[in-house]
Amino acid sequence: MEIDLSQFSQVFFEESLEGLESMESELLKLDIASPDPEAINTIFRAAHSIKGGSGTFGFTQIANYTHLLETLLDEIRDGRREMTSHHQDILLLSVDLLRNMLDAVMHEKSFDDPMLGELEQKFAAELTQPIPQEQTPSEPEAPELTTWQITFKAGADILRYGNDPLLMFNELRQCGELGVELTSQEIPDFTQYDPEACYLAWSLTLTTDQPLARLKEAFEWVEDECDIDYQAQTQESAAPAIEAEEITPTPSQSDSQERTVSQAKPSVVSNKTQDAGSIRVSIEKIDLLINMVGELVITQAMLGQIGQQEEMTPESFITMKQGLEQLASHTRDLQESVMQIRMLPISFAFNRFPRLVRDIGQQLGKQVELILKGEETELDKTVMEKIVDPMVHLVRNSLDHGLETPEVRRQKGKPETGSLTLNAFHQGGNIIIEIIDDGAGLNTQKILDKARAKGLVGSDEELSEEAIHQLIFKPGFSTAETVSDLSGRGVGMDVVLRNIHELNGTIELKSTQDKGSRFTIRLPLTLAILDGQLVRIGRHTYVVPLVAIHESLEVPADHINRLGEEHEVIRLRDEYLPVLKVYEAFHHEADARQIKDGLVMVVDANNDKVGLLVDELLSQQQVVIKSLEDNYNKVAGISGATILGDGTVALIIDIAGLVSLAGINSTQEHAA
Amino acid sequence: MTQADETDITLTAKDDASEQYLTFIMAEEEYGVDILSVQEIRGWEPTTVIPNSPGHVKGVINLRGTIVPIIDLRQRFGIASLEYGPTTVVIVIKVCVAGEHKVIGIVVDAVSDVFSVHHKDLREAPDFGEETDLTFIKGLANLADKMVILLDIDTLLSSEVLPEAAQLSNIINTIDAESTQAVSA
Repeated sequence: MEIDLSQFSQVFFEESLEGLESMESELLKLDIASPDPEAINTIFRAAHSIKGGSGTFGFTQIANYTHLLETLLDEIRDGRREMTSHHQDILLLSVDLLRNMLDAVMHEKSFDDPMLGELEQKFAAELTQPIPQEQTPSEPEAPELTTWQITFKAGADILRYGNDPLLMFNELRQCGELGVELTSQEIPDFTQYDPEACYLAWSLTLTTDQPLARLKEAFEWVEDECDIDYQAQTQESAAPAIEAEEITPTPSQSDSQERTVSQAKPSVVSNKTQDAGSIRVSIEKIDLLINMVGELVITQAMLGQIGQQEEMTPESFITMKQGLEQLASHTRDLQESVMQIRMLPISFAFNRFPRLVRDIGQQLGKQVELILKGEETELDKTVMEKIVDPMVHLVRNSLDHGLETPEVRRQKGKPETGSLTLNAFHQGGNIIIEIIDDGAGLNTQKILDKARAKGLVGSDEELSEEAIHQLIFKPGFSTAETVSDLSGRGVGMDVVLRNIHELNGTIELKSTQDKGSRFTIRLPLTLAILDGQLVRIGRHTYVVPLVAIHESLEVPADHINRLGEEHEVIRLRDEYLPVLKVYEAFHHEADARQIKDGLVMVVDANNDKVGLLVDELLSQQQVVIKSLEDNYNKVAGISGATILGDGTVALIIDIAGLVSLAGINSTQEHAA
Repeated sequence: MTQADETDITLTAKDDASEQYLTFIMAEEEYGVDILSVQEIRGWEPTTVIPNSPGHVKGVINLRGTIVPIIDLRQRFGIASLEYGPTTVVIVIKVCVAGEHKVIGIVVDAVSDVFSVHHKDLREAPDFGEETDLTFIKGLANLADKMVILLDIDTLLSSEVLPEAAQLSNIINTIDAESTQAVSA
């Protein structure tokens, strides 16, 4: 029979990626001095199922490699080899490598990374290394022959699941000399005989130099259904017997392993960046949704009944009004719970950081303690996908520029281990993500010098501390003295800023020298809905994201100054802000052609304040964002469209895009 | 009975070699579009103007929750446009541009008829030399003593929504912006 495996391979990929993720997190949590056997088991399980699955699907490269992993882990698991930090390192590297391998297989590319050969050699070296002396009682250096008495009582269903004892015996035979004896007293009367069931038991005698684990491998697939008992018969040492004792509770042990795996599962959603196509939703959320739909159907039935009445009585009118109210509330609830489906806890974004921080910390010789807070905070999947890269960048920056080396920290009287905190929480309709370090903070003088050298700031211009901090968000700005692997190429903070603005978010920076820095990212919970301010320009209505608006005001004529032919600035308290005439940029007719005739809306554009000249402010409302690109094109200065209450379309202004469309760029003005 | 069936079959077999076209009138000329690409026909309604778009792009409308751009075919073809009135018709068309399906509305004077055009009745558009781009004309068809211009709607509308076209206008915009900046600096 032909079975199309491809339908299962997607499941295999997802499970393998999950397995790798749990391997990674367990490895990172692992305490090298006294590793938790449960954790080692989890890692082993993950490696094992990847090996099994890849073998089934014919991904031999992966299967062979995971086999090496498995062998090492098995030795550690059985206590024959001690876990070292070197093991941890190569295992972590393997996780990366396997991820790449899976990726290659998924995209049907061939995989040839020199890493593979290197790591294979490392494993080989590790595995051939004699096992440390103190372990000798259990595993003598020269492999010696042990005679094992194995009783194997097959479960009744073993044949139904497609397991053939003969194959297992053949595998055992490869380990040494095998004697097989069949015990068939369990066979029932012919009338009760089920031809598909297996009633047989065997007693096997095997003389081998192989460890017990190797023997167990043969029965791996059936150990849950069958009674298997291993008895070592050598007088030689007591150790194998001890091992055998350890093994006897296998079923319960593996039970508990499985329990931990299944416990971990509901919260594990398939790898976040690699697949945008699917999403796992908790049953709870789905149930809520189904309830809501049920309510909706009831309300619909109620309204339907009224609709079928011949005449409208005052009573039925009241019932109808009630029904409509219910309908409105259910629709609102339904909308909320549908939104919930796209919401994932931010731990999916946070999860990658322990590894990242560990690796970078090691590379830089810095001691870092990573604290994650508010991992349960939920946000939209698409927002999460887009915020990960900026966050990675900020964390790298904090580690590279922020935190000091242990010596420097000691001199400053700080604890040698620096701390880096990632914190997430909800505030209003926004999610706030904070990245806090207790490192050196921003060196304002250095930044100012650099900015002057680059011509971003005039040499006699004095800036407030806050304004200096904003400079790091300018394109082409980096203060790292040496360009390192991590940062210092001068692309960076401006990209972070741009990414966050694309999500309609903002970023703030607070920094105190020698105390540390705190980046605060504020993002909308979802990309599907936006809090908007409706504005009128001539006969056109536009939506401006509320989060970007600082204030709106009428500007008296004496606060308006001209800069050259083109630009006008207004004085707002002690600041001068460029004003962008929206009607000019969009080539519309407008009532207010002069700043003094209209309203100036002070908005945030790439962390600079800009005034937008509009005719009138209309209402504030939540709008559902629709794409213009679906049926048309990207339009400069417009981020999307929405449908207003009266059914007409209003366009949503993309402030950064509008600013570049209008050619106002305060950085360049500084330069000029 | 059996004979009638057979004739039916031969008729359908013949129909396979033909395509149905919805025709519309614009400036006394009759044009046809593949009827399978037509989603619906609606009356003209006011649109929301897209800033800095070419003149023949009249704006976008809300078509049951989807944002659909509306293009004036008269202006697209360089014919003087008419005042829009209650009889102005918008044909909503599904096009396939670079593998993506888009929904676009075109403004025409009036919808005329539905014709079956056999492949043998199709004539190639005459060559007006290299200056004139006629790739959006699929061919000419003679139907009941009149000529219908059959449009290749995918090609015609792809220039409105192709990313390259958008990029080009962006490039032009940036060049313009830079030159103004240079002047102001």
